[in-house]
Order: sequence, then C-alpha cells, then structure tokens
Amino acid sequence: MSASAPNNEMGAVPGGSAVFAGHAWTFGRDVDTDLIIAARYLNMKTAEELAAHLMEDADPEFPQKVRPGDILVADENFGCGSSREHAPMAIKGAGIPVVIAKSFARIFYRNAFNTGLPILVAPEAVDGINEGDEVEVDLSTGRIRNLTSGATFEAEPLPSFMQELVAAGGLLPYLKGRGRG
Amino acid sequence: MPMTITEKILARAAGRDAVEPGDLIMARVDFCLGNDITAPVAIDEFEKAGFDSVFDPDRIALIPDHFTPNKDIKTAQLVKQMREFSARHGITHFYDVGRVGVEHALLPEMGLVGPGDVVIGADSHTCTYGALGAFATGVGSTDLAGAMATGQVWFRVPESLKFVFDGELSPWVTGKDLILYTIGNIGVDGALYMAMEFAGSAISGLSIDSRFSIANMAIEAGGKNGIIAADATTRAYVEGRFQREPVYVESDAGAEYVHTHDWRAADVPLMVAKPHLPSNTQPAADLTGTRIDQVVIGSCTNGRIEDLRMAAEVLRGQKVHRDVRCIVIPATQAIWKQAMNEGLFDVFLDAEAVVSAPTCGPCLGGHMGILAEGERAVATTNRNFVGRMGHPGSEVYLAGPYVAAASAVAGHIATPEQIGTRRAA
Repeated sequence: MSASAPNNEMGAVPGGSAVFAGHAWTFGRDVDTDLIIAARYLNMKTAEELAAHLMEDADPEFPQKVRPGDILVADENFGCGSSREHAPMAIKGAGIPVVIAKSFARIFYRNAFNTGLPILVAPEAVDGINEGDEVEVDLSTGRIRNLTSGATFEAEPLPSFMQELVAAGGLLPYLKGRGRG
Repeated sequence: MPMTITEKILARAAGRDAVEPGDLIMARVDFCLGNDITAPVAIDEFEKAGFDSVFDPDRIALIPDHFTPNKDIKTAQLVKQMREFSARHGITHFYDVGRVGVEHALLPEMGLVGPGDVVIGADSHTCTYGALGAFATGVGSTDLAGAMATGQVWFRVPESLKFVFDGELSPWVTGKDLILYTIGNIGVDGALYMAMEFAGSAISGLSIDSRFSIANMAIEAGGKNGIIAADATTRAYVEGRFQREPVYVESDAGAEYVHTHDWRAADVPLMVAKPHLPSNTQPAADLTGTRIDQVVIGSCTNGRIEDLRMAAEVLRGQKVHRDVRCIVIPATQAIWKQAMNEGLFDVFLDAEAVVSAPTCGPCLGGHMGILAEGERAVATTNRNFVGRMGHPGSEVYLAGPYVAAASAVAGHIATPEQIGTRRAA
C-alpha cells in the first residue's frame, strides 16, 4: 500500500511486506531534537544536508559511522523538545528505515507519521538490543527480531487512525483525500 | 458527562457534543502559525502536495523570529521564501524586521489568539497561549501545511493532569519558578501526551505575563498543552485586544483527571534547572558556587514587560559582573518601546548590559549570544539541552528574571536577596 505514496520520496512508508534489517545504534532516554539535529543547522532544510549532521552533538563521528539501513534504538521520550521536522528528515536522510523506542515525545511522534518515518514503540525490544546487534524489523506485523541474540519482540500495534495515515502516504495526501473541511 | 476545559474546547472544534481522552478527532483550527525554521518546510510540503490556496489568509501567521535579523545567507533565503509565499497567498499576518517579535509574545499581544481558540503552531512553545484559556499546541511543518490548506488538524484527545497551587507565593517567586518546580517534580515526560491544567489561588493571583511563562513550558514536561481557565485577569487582557469573539470555557465539576497535584505555593523557592534537562531543578539559593559567563533575559518564556521590569528591579544601580555578558532581549517591538519609555533601558545600559532587537536568537543557539566550549549561561529561556545555546561543551541554567539578573551582578548563580536587592514597595 506504500507503492503509490506520492509524498514520500524515501519510500519509507510502513506497510505491505516492508522488512528491514540493519545494525542497531542505541541511545538512552530523553534524546532531544537539538541532539538529533542542532539548531545551528536549521538554516538548511533538505534531508541530505541535515543527515550530514545527524546526532552530531551526541557523537561528532556519528554521521560518518552510520550506514543506510542501520536502525536507531532508544529508551524513553525519544525526540523531546522542539517541533523541528528537520529531526525525522535528518534520520530519513541518513537512510535509517525505522526508529524503535520505549516511548516517543508527542510532536516527534506526529512528525514521524505525518512524514512517513516508521517508528515502533517496543520497550522489551529496546531492553533486548545492544549496540551493533543485527536487527530485523517487519513493519507489517510489528515483529522485531534480534538476529544476533535470536530473541523476538512485538511492537505495540498502531492505532487504526495512524494506519489510515500511513496507508494514505502521509498527512497531506490523507487530507487531500478527505477534501476540504 | 463532565469534561475538562481541554475536552470542551476540542469537542467544540470537532463539532461534537462531547469527547473523551483517547478519541481521535479532526478539529477546526482557529489560528495557525509557523516561523523561519518551520514555515519554509511547511511551504515546501504545501506546494509539493499540490495545494493552490490557503483556507483563510487572516488565520495564518508566518513569523520569522528565530534567526531575525537574518543571521546569514541561508536564513535570508528562508525568510524570502516566507515573504514571497505570504504575498502570493495574501497572508495578513506576515511580519518582517521592524514589526516582528518573538511569535508567542507577539500573537497574544496583537490579539490574534484568545480564549476558547484551537491554535496550532509549528513551534513547540505554541502551548503558551493556554495561559488565555485556549487550547494551543505545537506541531510539525507538515501539520502546519495541512492546516494552512484545509483549516483542519488531527488530535488524539489528551488525558488531563491538574496542578493546583494554593496560597501566597514567597518573595521574588514568579510563574517561571512554579513551572520549573512542576517539571522538576514530574519529569520531562511526566505529562507525556497529556493536558496540564493549572489552577488554585496562587495561579489566580498571577499576572498574565507570569501565566504565559507557565503555559509556555508545558512542553518541557512532555505535555500536549498547558491551560489556565480565563478569569478577570484574562478578560482584562483580551478585552479591546482580541480580534475575534472570546469563548470562555472552564472545566466542569467532576471532570476526570489522571492525577491532581495539590501544592502549597509557599513551598516553591526561586528555582533553577541545571544542565541538561529542564527537570534537573534545584533551589537557586543552593547554587551560589556556580560561576557564569553569560546571562540572557528574554525569549517566549520571559521576554515580556513584567520580566524586564523584574530584571531592572535587580539591576538598578548595580553593575554586571566584569566576567559576565548580560544580554536583554525584549520580545516584541511594543515591549521594547514600553521598556524604553519606562526608563528600563537606562537601568540596563547603566548596569552595562546590552539590549538587543527582538529575536529568539541565543535561546536556541541561533545567533546574538552563542556560548563557547566550557562556558556557562543563566538564561530565562526554556531549554538547557546539550549544545542548546552554542558549543556542545557549554552549559545553560534556566531561571526566572530575578535570579538571572542577580546572577549577572554576582558573576555566579544568586538570588536577589543574596546580592542585597531590596524589595520595591
């Protein structure tokens, strides 16, 4: 159902048989959006430009170390702080297909769905993944497999409204489909 | 079924008799806004999605306040994009240098947002307007694009937390101290996805400026909105100012809250939030050993006239410590003029502080006061994350204007009492 998504150049809308596997980068709790992309780079607004500075204040080498397909895993309250959509843009720009966390801050949560960055709430998976583990994520079922340890986890299911947003290809195609209020 | 003020406002905006926490609704937006960081992305998305007109050019504000006056070529390009979009779509409320102010001070001051409104802004501190009895919340650029095009936004109706402050405040304690105390108590995700409703006799006794400081920082506890029901103080502020009809709403008796915190206002001291989270709070009086390099007095949290008067009360007849740079930033042109007319600039200049044009500037590490590695600031702003005001190896301590001004004089964190300020009668 993501095949016709017109608003997601990254093609990262969850659905169908979207299975990703990659190495995990782990972070603690309260990763804020200033850490994800510092304000000094907010004079730019393309995913490519922003990705070059992803998580730079947490680890200056991170933009060089992270590889397309790698997965971010974080503790509680990921994405707290500012409303900058540049944060999910930078993550998508680095080729990261999914973020797994124990919980997400609310504006980041909205922004991820509105822009088509898949995110999964899976507290047990976060506790069961170490940095560098190879992790497989099936977005259609919410199943997370730690290929390094062999453990399997289930993410919390998406609310049906969020599934509709995802199926439409993001917020703006969804709103267009509804017609003007 | 009894509803909270937040539920009642959202039910009305969704065209329903009632809503309850967990409901997903499409709501009518009374007003929406974006700034020079978020609006350009929203404009890109609006155009990419093929929308050709805005839902109402009078109900959209595009406010280039973050890097104003433009700090470099890239930010000049962003503001140019906003200016051209505003001209193309006849956006009424686009304000450039000379008219612009910090968005969350400017919009209430101009009467563009008011009681009963549903306001979304592509800026996390949009929750500020809850001080007027509005439902106001921060969203991202794509939400703003959708609202500009359709006048609609989706919400999950939040659960509510209630914070009751009763009794008299201690001397020098302001709204900023109450909200830092709250965040320190419940944590940076203590109100995640929830409405934060503030009430009690101490809140009723607060000025509207102090209430803005409280609602402003609801997001720092993860809250969806902060809200204070309108009362006589609110009515006095909005009458003759608000450009639409106010809708006065209050929570029903028996409305449900996830939890109600009942606190004695007198137990709240002058507060500071230490690096690197707004929840990392401690009484200011305990931190006198902490030397500082810079003080910033301004922002959407504390850049209003009351805040400047408080800073001036402490700085009058004093000098900023020789090792400290003290930057005062009135949040809007009107506040700037009022402060000037009240003689506050004489106080600041005689104290050897500098007064800046209205801008968000240093609060987000944009410009106009960036910290070097190892430097430490006391700021009346709202965030003290790693690198927030500059180098990732710098530090921000959050406080209200009294503590910020006293610290500027002392060269270390201090309260007005500790530097011997006498309370004005």
